[in-house]
Amino acid sequence: MQTDQLIRTLAADNTHQARPVGVVLALALLAAAPVSMAIFFAGLGVRPDVMTAMHNPFFDLKFAVTLALAISGIALSLHLSRPEASLRGWAWLLLIPAGLLVGGIAGEMMLPQRLPMMTRLVGSNSRVCLTAIPLISLPLLAAALLGLRHGAPTRPAVAGAIAGLLSAGLAATLYASHCTDDSPLFVATWYTLATSLVTAIGALAGSRVLRF
Amino acid sequence: MREREDEWTGLMRSAISGDSAAYHRLLKAVTPVLRAAARRGLARAGQPVDQSEDIVQDILLAVHLKRHTWDANAPFAPWLFAIARNKLIDALRRRGRRIFVNIDDFAEVIPSEPAAETAPAGEVAAQLQTLPARQREVLQSIAVEAASIKDTAAKFAMSEGAVRVALHRALASLTAKLREQ
Repeated sequence: MQTDQLIRTLAADNTHQARPVGVVLALALLAAAPVSMAIFFAGLGVRPDVMTAMHNPFFDLKFAVTLALAISGIALSLHLSRPEASLRGWAWLLLIPAGLLVGGIAGEMMLPQRLPMMTRLVGSNSRVCLTAIPLISLPLLAAALLGLRHGAPTRPAVAGAIAGLLSAGLAATLYASHCTDDSPLFVATWYTLATSLVTAIGALAGSRVLRF
Repeated sequence: MREREDEWTGLMRSAISGDSAAYHRLLKAVTPVLRAAARRGLARAGQPVDQSEDIVQDILLAVHLKRHTWDANAPFAPWLFAIARNKLIDALRRRGRRIFVNIDDFAEVIPSEPAAETAPAGEVAAQLQTLPARQREVLQSIAVEAASIKDTAAKFAMSEGAVRVALHRALASLTAKLREQ
């Protein structure tokens, strides 16, 4: 086919207008959310003392951190779905969850604690945390990648990694309501490890499925 | 250069608000620039420059199918060159060479008309044969016979909507097949 013929054909298809990436990403995540919630409620469920736990600022901080990660991840994904975008000037968004966590650790250090630091860090749910967050995040990661496929990310591995971060953030938000370890030291260690795993999976998957 | 790029941005804005003639003009206007950049990329990779037309068509398809990722408040050229660069790197990699393509390769380029030594593009045509019959017929009617959507609908006893759907699906799956090859 000659290029002029192709151009004519593309012009004839101009009436077809695709949905914005944000809409597709939102729809995909909304479709995956019930799957992730089913996994969460079937396997773990909300911790029984949640009503009292809510009065503990360190319990609440977990949600601030995980939601900040999820929201930064969504913003970065949408940004990176444009071909000319780079992380420059945007990567600081990821410092928000990290900063909240550092602030939490500092706050906890200043308060008297019943348990020694290492005990708080190791906690009692590390293994559950490391398996639950990646498992719950998988449907969300698939949805995020599907949404980003609708975009045009020119750095597919990076975009995939960000999709991993956002799905881990959402999954960790669910998981945080189950976990009885509220110390920011625990969160900084095990949530971060679980998130890194999902991020790596996202980068790997992204480099394959996000090329256009 | 500046003036040219402002014109592109204006045309693309009209295009996304439904002006197909503006879209046609835009694609016509960017093609020589894309061709020159593709030839330069091929030359630098030590590949025959007469293969540029396949790359140009590949870029045009990507531009078309990803144009919803362009922000209408941003200039069009950086978006276009990012897509083109991505496709060019991909094409050179498929031909077995890794090469760094500078974004300036596009911005500074002098448009090149189809030269006599440019080989006709073969990849799109080859993938066309693998499409479902109806999609292929619709695409060929519009591309080769220059029939309108309306005439094509009449010819195949389809509704205009069905022709549009078939056309869009044909273009999308052509692009997917080119990517996978």
